[in-house]
Order: sequence, then structure tokens, then C-alpha cells
Amino acid sequence: MSLNDILDRLFPAGHMITVANQVITGQAQTAQGMVAVLGTTDAAAIDHAMALALADFVLDTVEQHPGRPLVFLVDTCGQALSRSQELLCLNGSLAHLASCVDLARRKGHPSLSLVTANAVSGGFLSFGLMADLAYALADAQVRVMDLRAMARVTKIAHERLVELATTSPIFAPGAESYVRMGGIAAIWPGPSADLLASALADAATACAAGDRRQAEGLARGGRQLAAGIAQTVRNSATGV
Amino acid sequence: MSLALVARKSWFEATARARLGGLLDAGSLQEILPPGAAQPSPHLAALDLPGAFDDGVVIGRATLAGRPVLFAAQEGQFMGGAVGEIHGAKIVGLLRRAVQEKPAAVLFLIDSGGVRLHEANAGLIAISEIMRAVLDARAAGVPVLALVGGSCGAFGGMGIVAKLCSAILISEEGRLALSGPEVIETVAGVEEFDSKDRALVWRVTGGKHRYLMGDCAALVEDDIAAFRAGASEFVATWQEPLPSVANLRATQQRLENRLAAYATCRDGLQVWAALGVAQPEAVPLLDRDSLVALKEGLPT
Repeated sequence: MSLNDILDRLFPAGHMITVANQVITGQAQTAQGMVAVLGTTDAAAIDHAMALALADFVLDTVEQHPGRPLVFLVDTCGQALSRSQELLCLNGSLAHLASCVDLARRKGHPSLSLVTANAVSGGFLSFGLMADLAYALADAQVRVMDLRAMARVTKIAHERLVELATTSPIFAPGAESYVRMGGIAAIWPGPSADLLASALADAATACAAGDRRQAEGLARGGRQLAAGIAQTVRNSATGV
Repeated sequence: MSLALVARKSWFEATARARLGGLLDAGSLQEILPPGAAQPSPHLAALDLPGAFDDGVVIGRATLAGRPVLFAAQEGQFMGGAVGEIHGAKIVGLLRRAVQEKPAAVLFLIDSGGVRLHEANAGLIAISEIMRAVLDARAAGVPVLALVGGSCGAFGGMGIVAKLCSAILISEEGRLALSGPEVIETVAGVEEFDSKDRALVWRVTGGKHRYLMGDCAALVEDDIAAFRAGASEFVATWQEPLPSVANLRATQQRLENRLAAYATCRDGLQVWAALGVAQPEAVPLLDRDSLVALKEGLPT
């Protein structure tokens, strides 16, 4: 589905959105009022310029439209893989973007992300996973690495990984795994203004509730250990 | 050989527990979820891989030069310090504890390639949770100091986490980046990044380069005592700023200027020359003190 189709279905009441260097920025009308829309398209490999363009737009929104919700559209194949990008500390620019999204949350901007096609590792960490709630379209690809590459790196037979992937959401690529793990709130059959309206309402609640992903992962049976361990560490008595 | 050299204990070569032993005040270390109270990763067991009772990260509380701190130390010698479900949850829990307990600082001894692929989804989400928890601790006024100088460096999502901390203390042997050179070589070819060229890898990702560029606040010797001195100074002097648009705008401007100035560089030698270093080829040979003096003399 083209970006324009997705935008028209998410924002039938109207949108003013531009795409430059695979970076989406603009404003759109929703049932809850205006929202700021930003993200990447065409499986962008996130580089410094993209991260800084997104960060700049988040800061503009905080300065010019207090409280306006942020809607991230995520289509990234990960981070740009190049020596010149690493030379200038690409992790630093991605951290800066993440800090800007975090500041927006603290200033009362609810945020949600929608994975429209691809969400991979570093590109997903820097903004999609920083939103209060993340969603994915049904045919979206969400992963750290595909199973073939994973087999090569871990030196575990591909067939073994394929077999385990059917029962374990811990490493199986796919949006469904991320739902069970608590990283994605829900999968949408397609882009929809109604689903967006309800997600924006949920994001406003989530914005104030803090990071609930461990609890969600536990409730959905995908991540059975994390919530309990974090709670134990937080509360355990020590001898001092 | 000088006495100082004889006495030096390498941070790079030490285990996480040995680093903690030399970093923190003697006798003050209290581990939370010590090996006897914890379980190894069931996800590694499902793949017939050996686990570790601490899942590759040691967490707890201690004092540093008399001040209360919380610490998390990743063990690079177990699964490359990579973040799995338990490993990540321990760090998240510790950072949330910091929000309540308000220690003088959280010391984060990073030594990690990022996500543990055997638990890829759990690891990726956990790193996202660590990112938010670091920022929550800082917003609560608790500084988080990253200490980078281990054999695995700080890569992948842990490279992002390091840059979310209040400051990074790095050694010359430390490396900080996003994608590992091997990954870039595999995908983009050896002409793009020759991962076997160690000198090049250090000129692109190493501690001296990151310090010269201002990505790390301090450069220390590969010596546990030097990390202790650097961390003590940080804890004694650092004032954690509140999150603000003004600070992020300043960072935005600095990063945009830097990108405009150096976007076409592909080697530390080129950037250092552009920074105003008279003899960039001499930088890899400089000792720590000379490099710090060189940086202080650079035009800003």
C-alpha cells in the first residue's frame, strides 16, 4: 500500500504531509483534533540527516503546539550501514531523537507509532519503540534479524530456529511476536481512522501511566520473566 | 617499567566482577539477585546453550568515595554482554529502583554488542525499556554514568543507551558505535569498512576519537583505578540538568553543524585534521594525558 493510501485512510478529514529524503513530516486532522505526523517511508535506513530531521520536527511540535499528539509512521530497515555514519557517532543521533520523543512525552504529548511496512532494530528503537504505544499493520515486518541471518550469526541450524520460532515469540520475527512480548499494543488489519481514534485515546492514558510493556508481555504470555525480575530488583531489601 | 605500569590493572581484560571490585569502595558492594538467588536464561537452555546465573550482568548497590551508588556491570565474556530477557529486566529494575532510592548516581559498566540474538525480540524490547528507564532516572535527578572500556565496547542498542546516559567515561581501548564493523563489512563490503584493520576500527569507533569529537565526556587510561578516579570525580561534581527543550535544541544545533562540517569524512584522520589537530597521524600514538592536553588546546 502506498504512503498516500495509508495517509488517506488514517486521516480522511485531511492531512498536509510532505516527504523529503524518506522523512515524513506534517499535520493531520483526526476525531481528536490536529496531530503531528512524522516518520520514515520506503524502508528507510536511518542516518544522521533523517534522525536530525525527525528530532527537529519533534522539538518544533513541542515548541509550537503544546500537547499535540505525535503519530509516528514507521517504515525502516534499520540504521544506515556506513563508515562515515559511524564516524560521526550514529548512535548519538539516534539517542538524540529518542531523547526528543521522551521530552515530548514529559511535556504531555501523547504518542503512538504505526509500523506500516518494516521495523528493524536500531531504526525502530530510536522513535517507533519510544512512543507510548506501538501498533503494526497486519502485513508489517517487525524484527531484529531474519532467521537465516540469525542462524549464520548464532551458528544454530536454520531448521532448528524455524521449528522453535513456531512456539517461541522470544526470537521469532513478526509483529505477532511483538504483541505477545508487550512491545506492540495491537495489529491493525489495515490503516483506519477509527482504529487511530481509539489508539489516540489509549495513548493519552499510556502517556501518563509510564512504561507498561513488561506487564503487557506477562499478561499475554510472551515474556514471562521480565516483569517479575524487574519488580524484585526494584523492591528487594539489601543489607545497607 | 615504572611502578605505575606494574600496578595497573587493565579494565579491558578484567571480568565485570573484577572491575566492580576495583571501582567501588572496598567492602561496600551488595549484589542484588546474586547468582544463588537467580536463574539462568531458559531461552538459552532451549537452544542447548550454557547459561549464567547472573545472565551476564551484575547489579547492586555500593558506595563510591563514600557516596551511595547503584551499579550495573555487563560481562562481555558471557554472550558478548548481549541483552536478553533476564539481563535486560535486571537493568530496568535497577534503574527504576534508582528513581525511588535516589542514589548519588547509577554507574553503568557497559560491555555489550547489543541485542542477544538468541532472545532477539526480548532483547530489543528490553533495550527500549532501558532507554526509557535511563531517561526516567535522569529526569528524577539521578545521574547515570556510562563506563566504556571492555572488550565488547558499546554497540547496537547499547551504543544508543550509552549516549542516553548523563556522560560517558571511556578508555582508549573502549569502542562506541551503532553497527559493528563486521556487520558493515558483511553488508556493504570490505571497501566500505575493513573490520580486520584494527587501527581503522579504532580511528572510527575508539575512545580517543569519541573523546576528541565530544561524544564522550572523559578519557581515562585502561586502568581500573583510573576509572574509579574518573567516576568519583563525576559523582562529586556532576549536576544533572532537568530535561528541557533548550538543552535538546543546543544538541540539535551541535549535531547539525557537525554533520554539515564532516559528512564526507570517512576516517578519524580526516575529522581530526578538520578539527584543527596539526598532526592527526600522531593521535593514535599519544598517551592519555597528551591527548587530553591536545583536546583542550583545540579551537572550539
